[in-house]
Amino acid sequence: MKSVETTGKTIEEAILMAVAKLGVQRDNLEIEVLEQPVKGLFGIIGGRDARIRATVKKSIKDEIKEFLSRVLELMGIEARIEITEEKSQIMVKLSGQNMGLVIGRRGETLDALQYITNLAVNKSRNDCKRIIIDTEEYRSKREETLRKLAKRLANKVQRTKKSIVLEPMNPYERRIIHSTLQNHPYVTTYSEGEEPYRKVVIKLK
Amino acid sequence: MGELVKFIAQSLVDNPDQVSVNEVRGEQSIIIELKVAPEDMGKVIGKQGRIAKAIRTIVKAAAVKEGKKVIVEII
Repeated sequence: MKSVETTGKTIEEAILMAVAKLGVQRDNLEIEVLEQPVKGLFGIIGGRDARIRATVKKSIKDEIKEFLSRVLELMGIEARIEITEEKSQIMVKLSGQNMGLVIGRRGETLDALQYITNLAVNKSRNDCKRIIIDTEEYRSKREETLRKLAKRLANKVQRTKKSIVLEPMNPYERRIIHSTLQNHPYVTTYSEGEEPYRKVVIKLK
Repeated sequence: MGELVKFIAQSLVDNPDQVSVNEVRGEQSIIIELKVAPEDMGKVIGKQGRIAKAIRTIVKAAAVKEGKKVIVEII
């Protein structure tokens, strides 16, 4: 990791110096104050400059890659990791053999990996971004399945005039159901119960 | 398997140097005992054990190849 030590009359001045030296934006620097500035007598005698160490922060993509490749390696899974950054989220695509193992039953393992990666990578960052991990289009296929399910059940509710409670889903999947039926003319949706058993209910408007 | 648990735990806690893992290998199962600093307990367990569950899920997937049952215990 690249880092420099700089001095200045004030901490601010030292930081600006580091920014200039490293040629990196200030937001991408981690600043550690090594010595507070001391004003000398009459501003001349016995004064001491501020001293800081500025370190270039690792990009979130680098951190994700580092973390995931180590986890997968320890799991004994060989996979290629492709990361693309979007506005508010980061898409991680895994490819290789054995992806069935990475997905798990109903995406259980994939969700666990995604959850842990989000926690581990965002722990030390203030530019929190949602990380989505996918492999073999699992998530888009699952989304398609959920949308179809939502529509089918909405029709049933409309026909039978009875509410339907879906099986427990994670927030991401529940959101898909809600958004699919958002503008439905006859039914409305809400969630009930506590995590991790929170369920979507579809009822007549 | 212990290494995997250790690495994940260390990435989540504030005191990674206080993470320790003990692996007890039995005939059909492997028990992994995970120990973290008391103030980091929440970081590996999570609300309603959500983090602990995710760790177990990942370890379970990794253990499929070994054909053994893996139990992760946080102590």
